[in-house]
Amino acid sequence: MTWLRGYAVLYLVFLYAPIVLLPIFAFNDSTIIAFPLSGFTTQWFTEIPNTPALVKSVQTSLIIAVTTALLSTTLGICAARAGAKYSFPGKAPMLGFIMLPLVLPEIIVAVSLLVVLLALGLPLGGWTVILGHTLICTPFCIAILNSAFGNLDASLEEAAFDLGETRWSTFRLITLPLVMPGIISALLISFTISLDEFIIAFFLTGTEPTLPVYLWGQLRFPQKIPVVMALGTILVALSVILLTIAEIARRRGIARAGGKDTGGFL
Amino acid sequence: MFRNSETARGLTLIAPPALYALLLLAVPLLAIFAFSFWSQDFLTIDYTPTLNNYREAFSEPLYAQLLLRSVLIAGAVTLATVVLAFPIAYFVSFHVAPSRKSLWIFLITIPFWTSYLIRVFLWKVILGYNGVLNSSLLGLGVIDEPLTFILYNANAVVITLAHAFAPFAILPIFVSLEKIDRSLLEASRDLGENTVMTFLRVTLPLAVPGVVAATLIVFIPTIGDYVTPRLVGGPNGLMIANMIQTQFLKLNNAPMGATLAVIAMGIVTVLSLIFIFLNRRWLKGRKT
Repeated sequence: MTWLRGYAVLYLVFLYAPIVLLPIFAFNDSTIIAFPLSGFTTQWFTEIPNTPALVKSVQTSLIIAVTTALLSTTLGICAARAGAKYSFPGKAPMLGFIMLPLVLPEIIVAVSLLVVLLALGLPLGGWTVILGHTLICTPFCIAILNSAFGNLDASLEEAAFDLGETRWSTFRLITLPLVMPGIISALLISFTISLDEFIIAFFLTGTEPTLPVYLWGQLRFPQKIPVVMALGTILVALSVILLTIAEIARRRGIARAGGKDTGGFL
Repeated sequence: MFRNSETARGLTLIAPPALYALLLLAVPLLAIFAFSFWSQDFLTIDYTPTLNNYREAFSEPLYAQLLLRSVLIAGAVTLATVVLAFPIAYFVSFHVAPSRKSLWIFLITIPFWTSYLIRVFLWKVILGYNGVLNSSLLGLGVIDEPLTFILYNANAVVITLAHAFAPFAILPIFVSLEKIDRSLLEASRDLGENTVMTFLRVTLPLAVPGVVAATLIVFIPTIGDYVTPRLVGGPNGLMIANMIQTQFLKLNNAPMGATLAVIAMGIVTVLSLIFIFLNRRWLKGRKT
């Protein structure tokens, strides 16, 4: 099956082509994003901290991403725990509905939230972006946490309960440590999604642009693009680091719960 | 007694995420449905129910054209993505050592988690007139003048979206291939089928649920994509999401935007249901 392996390698080249170009242009000494390269420079990286609007948008995005990660992971824990441990009427439709944003086009989520916020006369801002991002991140958190809670051995909890722990202390002392890798993984994934999300932020951000919304504005000005490339390089490096940590946490969690690795966090 | 308390506990736990989804998803979706029957005059909304928006949406050729183009582009993207993704999923599932499978899946998912905006922009750089692809092909002497059919049209949108949604297609197919009982393949071989026939008669039918999931997961969000058509589509590659955005943020015609959103959702739902219906034979659980 050598042709299949060859195809797989070609496919990886296709997948990584844009990302490989990013650092190349970020260090290129020219405002024209094309080959041939003209020379090496770190000028674009040093310009990043000297662009106040950019720094501000990074701060806005970080606050939104951290809040979204905490909110959506908390909601995800509730849903995944309820799904794995309890049976109750309307469980499947409720869980299905909570997972719906996973397949809904983001523009639909964005405009429908916008309509409601405008109808209620509420001001747009960071918090409205958080509301939208939490909605789309929760299904991802549930997907990750489902495997963490699903792999959990119920007899461990029963043992703690039989030995006199309360329901809450059992959760805190037994369940939480066992699913902690899943929680970390969910936090990191939702943080990454929120940091990168554009459409919902574009509609709901009001006057404080998030980083992707700011970048969107900059893409119209050719002379600003190298700085965008430099920033993109940093973001890619950061995402890869975060995802590697998330992946290690996920694998460790599966190993700790004694489950089998089925691969991938989706 | 115990059952009741279990039900209560389950409902208490599910309540926060369910209420959140109710308030921020169900209510907004209903609101947008309601908006599509209203009309707007500058900044004031007229709440008299009317079908005028739908009448306009179906009679104005521009809207029909954008909707049709969105469906066709999303269809082409889905076909390209799923067809290109299947061999990868097959390779990782059947020809990669179990200990290295997660590494492959990890490698496939990484590009997906990097800035979508920047990735789309880089495709513009790759496909452009003086872009990476054209300059390398010119340098290699494969072509004499730059290819122009790959940027600012529907082709560019298809290529870029096929890249963006690759992991969405690979993962469900991979999962369904992983579930196939390998002894079925041996049985087929023992009964005299060759490799190709075993693939067609055993592997492929069993992988259908994954392929159907991949198709829907790619098709549904693609139809509403905004960034890619705007950045690489040119005037003839714009899609319905661009018009929805224009109606909401530029023309201040939220009811028309809502109507187009409802129609787009309707089309997506109908096409998805038809697709599931056509594949129902393979989606039912196998009799054991």
